[in-house]
Amino acid sequence: MYRIVSANFLAENIKKIEIEAPRIAKKRKAGQFVMVRVSENGERVPLTIAGSNPETGTITLIVQGMGKSTRELNSKNPGDFISDIVGPLGTPSHIEKFGTAVSIGGGVGTAIAYPTAVALKEAGNYVITINGARSKELVILEDEMKAVSDEAYITTDDGSYGFHGFVTQMLQQIIDSGKTVDFVLAIGPIPMMRAVAEVTRPYGIKTMVSLNPIMVDGTGMCGGCRVTIGNETKFACVDGPEFDAHQVDFKNLTDRNKLYIPEEKQSAEAFSHKCRIGIGG
Amino acid sequence: MDPKNITTKERFAIPRQAMPSQDPVIRSRNFKEVNLGYTPELAQQEALRCIQCKDPVCIKGCPVNIKIDQFIKLISEGNFLGAAKKIKEDSVLPAICGRVCPQEDQCEKMCVIGKKREPVAIGNLERFAADYERQSGNVELPTVQPATGKKVAVIGSGPAGLSCANDLAQLGHSVTVFEALHELGGVLMYGIPEFRLPKVIVQSELEGLKKLGVTFVTNTVAGRSVTVDELLNEEHFDAIFIGVGAGLPWFMGIPGENLLGVYSANEFLTRVNLMKSYDFPQSDTPVFNCKAKSVAVFGGGNTAMDAVRTARRLGAEHAYIVYRRSEAEMPARLEEVHHAKEEGVEFLMLMNPLEFLGNEQQWLTGAKCLKMELGEPDESGRRKPVPIKDSEFVLPIDMAVISIGNGSNPLIRQTTPDIEVSKRDTIVVDINTMATSKESVYAGGDIVTGGATVILAMGAGRTAAKAIHEKLSSAS
Ligand SMILES: Cc1cc2nc3c(=O)[nH]c(=O)nc-3n(C[C@H](O)[C@H](O)[C@H](O)COP(=O)(O)OP(=O)(O)OC[C@H]3O[C@@H](n4cnc5c(N)ncnc54)[C@H](O)[C@@H]3O)c2cc1C
Ligand SMILES: Cc1cc2nc3c(=O)[nH]c(=O)nc-3n(C[C@H](O)[C@H](O)[C@H](O)COP(=O)(O)OP(=O)(O)OC[C@H]3O[C@@H](n4cnc5c(N)ncnc54)[C@H](O)[C@@H]3O)c2cc1C
Ligand code: SF4
Ligand code: SF4
Ligand code: FES
Repeated sequence: MYRIVSANFLAENIKKIEIEAPRIAKKRKAGQFVMVRVSENGERVPLTIAGSNPETGTITLIVQGMGKSTRELNSKNPGDFISDIVGPLGTPSHIEKFGTAVSIGGGVGTAIAYPTAVALKEAGNYVITINGARSKELVILEDEMKAVSDEAYITTDDGSYGFHGFVTQMLQQIIDSGKTVDFVLAIGPIPMMRAVAEVTRPYGIKTMVSLNPIMVDGTGMCGGCRVTIGNETKFACVDGPEFDAHQVDFKNLTDRNKLYIPEEKQSAEAFSHKCRIGIGG
Repeated sequence: MDPKNITTKERFAIPRQAMPSQDPVIRSRNFKEVNLGYTPELAQQEALRCIQCKDPVCIKGCPVNIKIDQFIKLISEGNFLGAAKKIKEDSVLPAICGRVCPQEDQCEKMCVIGKKREPVAIGNLERFAADYERQSGNVELPTVQPATGKKVAVIGSGPAGLSCANDLAQLGHSVTVFEALHELGGVLMYGIPEFRLPKVIVQSELEGLKKLGVTFVTNTVAGRSVTVDELLNEEHFDAIFIGVGAGLPWFMGIPGENLLGVYSANEFLTRVNLMKSYDFPQSDTPVFNCKAKSVAVFGGGNTAMDAVRTARRLGAEHAYIVYRRSEAEMPARLEEVHHAKEEGVEFLMLMNPLEFLGNEQQWLTGAKCLKMELGEPDESGRRKPVPIKDSEFVLPIDMAVISIGNGSNPLIRQTTPDIEVSKRDTIVVDINTMATSKESVYAGGDIVTGGATVILAMGAGRTAAKAIHEKLSSAS
């Protein structure tokens, strides 16, 4: 059992949770994730390690309530326990001094991009961050991002805050302004990552994306997380989750993530029902 | 019959006692154990068939040399607890090996009775003795030697790791087992299904180890959560045993393998066994809904049989085994093939998939296959399947499970480059001691042999334990 030390909502449905996990706190690097099982009979779900404190032996997760598992996790409070957490998993982000690096986060992807943005800054890059959200209330980690950025932009789809439009339009503007962009990291919904890949492709800008296929073990044992990269099959949990955006078969990933839609719905409905009648967590 | 006054002729006259089992129609829809086990009467009757050879060749067929003649004699005399004790002198997991050993290729293959009649049912008897002991509540805890003050880390909690941990703990060493998953037991928990190996049996073996003082740490991936060097240098373990199994599923590399509905056997079985998808939505993890669907499993080993019988139990209308060679070449245990057939599994032999076909939404709809015939024997002595010209056809299926074997997981070798590995990425060891090329590090089980058997993994764990003990004793 692993104890939750702190938990608070950053935006509607997005919660920041700090959990005791000393071994992971000591070892983790930017870009790595954990598999979490909230309760007995729970699924194993992958979540990026947004930060850690080796002294207190805690790690931080930023979780968007999507279906049963993430909503159950987001219902937890300080002092509560979760059944299992294992990590750090995945290959750490490849960090070097590229020059000018743009980190793009969409929605909860901002949280996943944050640790890598920090590492890029520490490696001496000129860091530009673009963080997109649907509207003002959903913007997360604004101050944290500003603190690691040489330039920080926020975009909202509805124009309620920052730049009115998509992250890709902002990226295009930066490129058009004549700045040399040496590296782009894009993490967010699949359509966003795909669109970013199309923006940078003509310029040959090295672009990495963090893929979110469905996982089971997270250690390379099942092959359920396989993704197609430049016509080759890779296991995202050991070979990734970050891959060269220009090589990724996004269509295959989108399709494969639809595998359990009816079941996910069934789980989520049962979970809301349990919450409403007050027996659930 | 009185075991003391029975003649050899009378022994020969007793037929091999059949294993009572669940009705095939009923069991093909449930996950309860297929075999029900011998009653004491059946066991004693079967034990009388053993002629107590002066030179019991059956023992040579057993990888851990269980004293087969002796334990069978004890069963024939009604001393079931004594029989269990005798088996445990050489085996750590008898209730498990009695169930899953490929006996027809090992002990029972050598049994002299088998020359003219059916061999003595050694596996069934071993299972009986172990079950009897467990159910009697009289499991004797082995004596533990005084603490040596030495610390050993065991990585992986499959049969290799568990048997190594068992022996070292009995010898007085402090043993910590690190397991990547949230449950202990390795393939015994996530691979081999409940209907063949009930999980309570694995649990009871684990309880025994806990009583011996073994510490278990789950959710710890060696190579990620902690490295072998850190265990040695920072956590000060005196020796390490690596028993991480063969856990990297191979795919066939044919078009369409990433369509929706194509699984590796590892994923399918892990979802169902470890994550309990058969109980969805009580359990949160879903799996392909097999109800009334056609499912094909590609392969012919134990894993393939487990997968296809699992699909059948999840409601598949057609459950196929598609295999490149003929039935005679299938590596699966005979009993599983037999059980699968009884449960309505359809065997499509001499057939090779070329491509998976899908619909617009990328769901699998069929497998394009080629028919084969047996040609000349290859290096392995098995007749090689060769394609029959123009024999392509499409097998309509909704789900495919690929079960063509496993490679070895890269995490440990990537983070501990000074452990020598073979061209196939298995760990290289001295087979007498299981020592690797790295000082104080030993390895055994599937990570050394490639996918093999429970009993071989167990034997390797014990060999390593012996060598580790000798090393640690001489060092102090
Ligand atoms: C490497 C990696 C890092 C991630 N990091 C974060 C993070 O930091 N914060 C965060 O909020 N989310 C993160 N995700 C996504 C998160 O794992 C899923 O949202 C979560 O598993 C959904 O589970 P659910 O039961 O709540 O929803 P479900 O109802 O099961 O599914 C909702 C959606 O999530 C996808 N999904 C379902 N199961 C899985 C699974 N086992 N793995 C991945 N996706 C799945 C489905 O395609 C579906 O679209 C990450 C995913 C990956 C692969
Ligand atoms: C479906 C199936 C059916 C089978 N049927 C039979 C049968 O009928 N009869 C038979 O004799 N054999 C059978 N086998 C083969 C047999 O199960 C294996 O040979 C045996 O389990 C190997 O034991 P092991 O201890 O080497 O590894 P495993 O049982 O594979 O255990 C390895 C353990 O190590 C853990 N691990 C892996 N990597 C790490 C890491 N980096 N850090 C920490 N832990 C790690 C794994 O999670 C696992 O728990 C079957 C195998 C399968 C898959
Ligand atoms: S362990 Fe296996 S091979 Fe040895 S006697 Fe028992 S069933 Fe036979
Ligand atoms: S070879 Fe057969 S008959 Fe002889 S001792 Fe062994 S089991 Fe008994
Ligand atoms: S999640 Fe199982 S191999 Fe990646």
